[in-house]
Amino acid sequence: MSLAQTQSIEDIKARNKDLINEVLQIYPDKTAKRRAKHLNVHEAGKSDCGVKSNLKSVPGVMTIRGCAYAGSKGVVWGPIKDMIHISHGPVGCGQYSWAARRNYYIGTTGIDTFVTMQFTSDFQEKDIVFGGDKKLAKIMDEIQELFPLNNGITVQSECPIGLIGDDIEAVSKAKSKEYDGKTIVPVRCEGFRGVSQSLGHHIANDAIRDWVFDKIPADATPRFEPTDYDVAIIGDYNIGGDAWSSRILLEEMGLRVIAQWSGDGSLAELEATPKAKLNVLHCYRSMNYISRHMEEKYGIPWCEYNFFGPSKIAESLRKIASFFDDKIKDGAEQVIAKYQPLMDAVIAKYRPRLEGKTVMLFVGGLRPRHVIGAYEDLGMEVVGTGYEFGHNDDYQRTAQHYVKDGTLIYDDVTGYEFEKFVEKIQPDLVGSGIKEKYVFQKMGVPFRQMHSWDYSGPYHGYDGFAIFARDMDMAINAPIWKMARAPWKAVPKPTLMAAE
Amino acid sequence: MTQNADHVLDHFELFRGPEYQQMLANKKKMFENPRDPAEVERVREWAKTPEYREKNFAREALTVNPAKACQPLGAVFAAVGFESTIPFVHGSQGCVAYYRSHFSRHFKEPSSCVSSSMTEDAAVFGGLNNMIDGLANTYAMYKPKMIAVSTTCMAEVIGDDLNAFIKTAKEKGSVPAEFDVPFAHTPAFVGSHVTGYDNVMKGILEHFWDGKARTAPVLERVPNESINFIGGFDGYTVGNLREIKRLFETMGVDYTILGDNSDVFDTPTDGEFRMYDGGTTLVEAAEALHAKATISMQEFSTEKTLPFIAAHGQQVVAFNHPIGVAGTDAFLMAVSRLTGKEIPEELARERGRLVDAIADSSAHIHGKKFALYGDPDLCLGLAAFLLELGAEPTHVLATNGTKGWAEKVQALFDSSPFGQNCHVYPGKDLWHMRSLLFTDPVDFLIGNTYGKYLERDTGTPLIRIGFPVFDRHHHHRRPVWGYQGGMNVLITILDKIFDEIDRNTNVPAKTDYSFDIIR
Repeated sequence: MSLAQTQSIEDIKARNKDLINEVLQIYPDKTAKRRAKHLNVHEAGKSDCGVKSNLKSVPGVMTIRGCAYAGSKGVVWGPIKDMIHISHGPVGCGQYSWAARRNYYIGTTGIDTFVTMQFTSDFQEKDIVFGGDKKLAKIMDEIQELFPLNNGITVQSECPIGLIGDDIEAVSKAKSKEYDGKTIVPVRCEGFRGVSQSLGHHIANDAIRDWVFDKIPADATPRFEPTDYDVAIIGDYNIGGDAWSSRILLEEMGLRVIAQWSGDGSLAELEATPKAKLNVLHCYRSMNYISRHMEEKYGIPWCEYNFFGPSKIAESLRKIASFFDDKIKDGAEQVIAKYQPLMDAVIAKYRPRLEGKTVMLFVGGLRPRHVIGAYEDLGMEVVGTGYEFGHNDDYQRTAQHYVKDGTLIYDDVTGYEFEKFVEKIQPDLVGSGIKEKYVFQKMGVPFRQMHSWDYSGPYHGYDGFAIFARDMDMAINAPIWKMARAPWKAVPKPTLMAAE
Repeated sequence: MTQNADHVLDHFELFRGPEYQQMLANKKKMFENPRDPAEVERVREWAKTPEYREKNFAREALTVNPAKACQPLGAVFAAVGFESTIPFVHGSQGCVAYYRSHFSRHFKEPSSCVSSSMTEDAAVFGGLNNMIDGLANTYAMYKPKMIAVSTTCMAEVIGDDLNAFIKTAKEKGSVPAEFDVPFAHTPAFVGSHVTGYDNVMKGILEHFWDGKARTAPVLERVPNESINFIGGFDGYTVGNLREIKRLFETMGVDYTILGDNSDVFDTPTDGEFRMYDGGTTLVEAAEALHAKATISMQEFSTEKTLPFIAAHGQQVVAFNHPIGVAGTDAFLMAVSRLTGKEIPEELARERGRLVDAIADSSAHIHGKKFALYGDPDLCLGLAAFLLELGAEPTHVLATNGTKGWAEKVQALFDSSPFGQNCHVYPGKDLWHMRSLLFTDPVDFLIGNTYGKYLERDTGTPLIRIGFPVFDRHHHHRRPVWGYQGGMNVLITILDKIFDEIDRNTNVPAKTDYSFDIIR
């Protein structure tokens, strides 16, 4: 399959440009103009990928994006395990996002932890007409009575809240006072705000700033004695245990992780984070805001890292260690050395099976770039990538550190474009989400979900890379893909678009 | 280090090793400000008590773990049952991402649907431009034969008028004037997903039968001998609709399935992605007006659609997701009565086989207590089957069940000696169910995937029947309707019962005298 192997870079660039022009033909003129700005062929040496991003999705095109509520409740707040997150509005949003993101945690669910539960105000018509503030107040009382060990409450606004003029801030303040200063956080993450999940991340970050950090009394005594080696993991949602297989490396190199944001995280960890000496940031997109805030307000430096694949892990461990003394620097080297035999064994086993295979990605916050190194460690090549809700700074990072010359770039790709690109490029693997998975598998293209790890994981850290390698192998080399076409239909027809 | 290239450990085992266990214990102790374990244990036990149950049932505002979704989900489900139809949901775009994910997780299939992607400016000025651009794009890109428009709560709260918007979009050339764009308002804050199904089904029939929003002549009904069939919102739609077609064909009935999404949710992997597959043709949808009668398999999925059809002169018959012998008997006899076709001997033999199977296995089910939850009609169908098996549907709960539904369930209980100690819970959620399972335990729980949390917490074995089923594969391919469907449900229940018997008798030298090889 891998066309990239048999063509020159110039041929590939020309093909990709033709492909972009071809998909744009389908659109009405106005839409073609808008979409053209989001599609490009990467030129090596450029400081970004040459696409516009973080703009409104075009109506009617089948965007893959979600909404601000998904960014706040689904991503940032939902994993905080000892707080109860109310999906405030009609029943659906909370129902569809219920336990779907695999944010692993340890706790007694329903008693002292609540992540895989769906708390909703289940708005009815009367709540829309008369407002939902009284209901919200009552909900908080009922939560206090039935779930007395909760350590806090957040209000995750769904679309109607901002449209009917409810004052969730007033309700939250009043109830916080009534319950002795209990942490109650109103979040204005109505789904119509912004253009994607991204604004929801920002709003959720700001809510932590305003309703958690700013409520900590200046004279509050820390729950632990600070050390020079205290760090916080920011932007790891512990999908399939990712944050755990990351944390273990940081601890092995001699650092002390005082907080996880937000996978397997707790309110106490959020509150303790201003005591960190360094914030290490995995998902830049969803948590750069709070990292910058902590830098400005508390003087805590932050450092981006990438724990996918041994090359990037080693690079990241050294980068993190560079903020500390020789003890930590030595620790990083020891960790790298300790896992080298495992990495060698994993690569020896899987690289021969995956060498030269091509991948097209379309994912969310960090993965459209972060996983490229892990594929390269296995001898694979990423020939196309794009962000569901990236901003220009994501595309800059992608261009400067990750993608190769000639890579096809597609921002906020539409269903039609993605199908067409994959059909023409015929990669050996597509990595995207649940909505895309079955589309490409029907086309006979192996697929891995790169949001949920297809119910596997963790993929972060050295332990995770072994799983990543195994999973990519099992996807690409599954015998079933050779059987997609009936043997009596000898000459494969080109894959047709449904619309044709 | 426990990780190993030869035997790769993933999340199932990796974190059970001593390094991770120590790490997690330290994290908790040092940084999580954990509750006192004794206090956690006290509350955990308290939450099992009648006292807690009383407080739990006194809830007036909070919903915890509901067993229902919102109208637009049902809207999309109904729309994709028509030939080359794409659902177009007017409102915020995140909702559509959610519906598509939800269906893909259940069916393990693609789910195609578009949004008008309304944002803040549309919230202020209305979503007309989104409708105009959106319809034009969808029409150009996905070349549908029909675009079925429904709404999210955002569009409903700001009061967008679909009829006027679609009219304007057509005037602006988004789609040709004669192109079919049926619509239905589907506010998420009214009813549930079954309501959304109902509204869209009615909206599509209204479009074809009543003059396409005053752009075409109203069709005149010329009655014929065919019958229409509506399945309702159903997680088993793939298996069920195919079984229904087989039954109709066996009987020689002239029929139209309205909203036939059995193919679009079960396309082959053969190198081609079919965005559209199968479905009720638009001609069939229009000509369904002339049918003699319409059968709805789910009364509560068609509360508005059936009266609408009846008002056009057809006979209408509604069932409650019939499962089992008597339910299927009633269905087939209704079909026979409406069409004049006899029920062939072949189906009588299928019936006999189901009776035979129930007789063979009855001893293991008789007297067992079940809790069950799900959509209103599914609950009625399953409860009736359990009664038929001599089991007791002790707790029957539907978060989207109404008072009228509860009365129907009660009447069902009253009809059988096995229903005497059974209770119905309309409008309650799975946190209520949790209290019920602790304070008034049963032998088995029947419900969707989310029931696994109840199984974990209360120890009640879960039999997965319902929607969604995310954590078991391919169940939707098997029918639960017809005698063959009843057989499938029977086997599903029995498998769990036997697994539990084995699990409870497998301790060597202690309980394994009952670990029988023949049961």
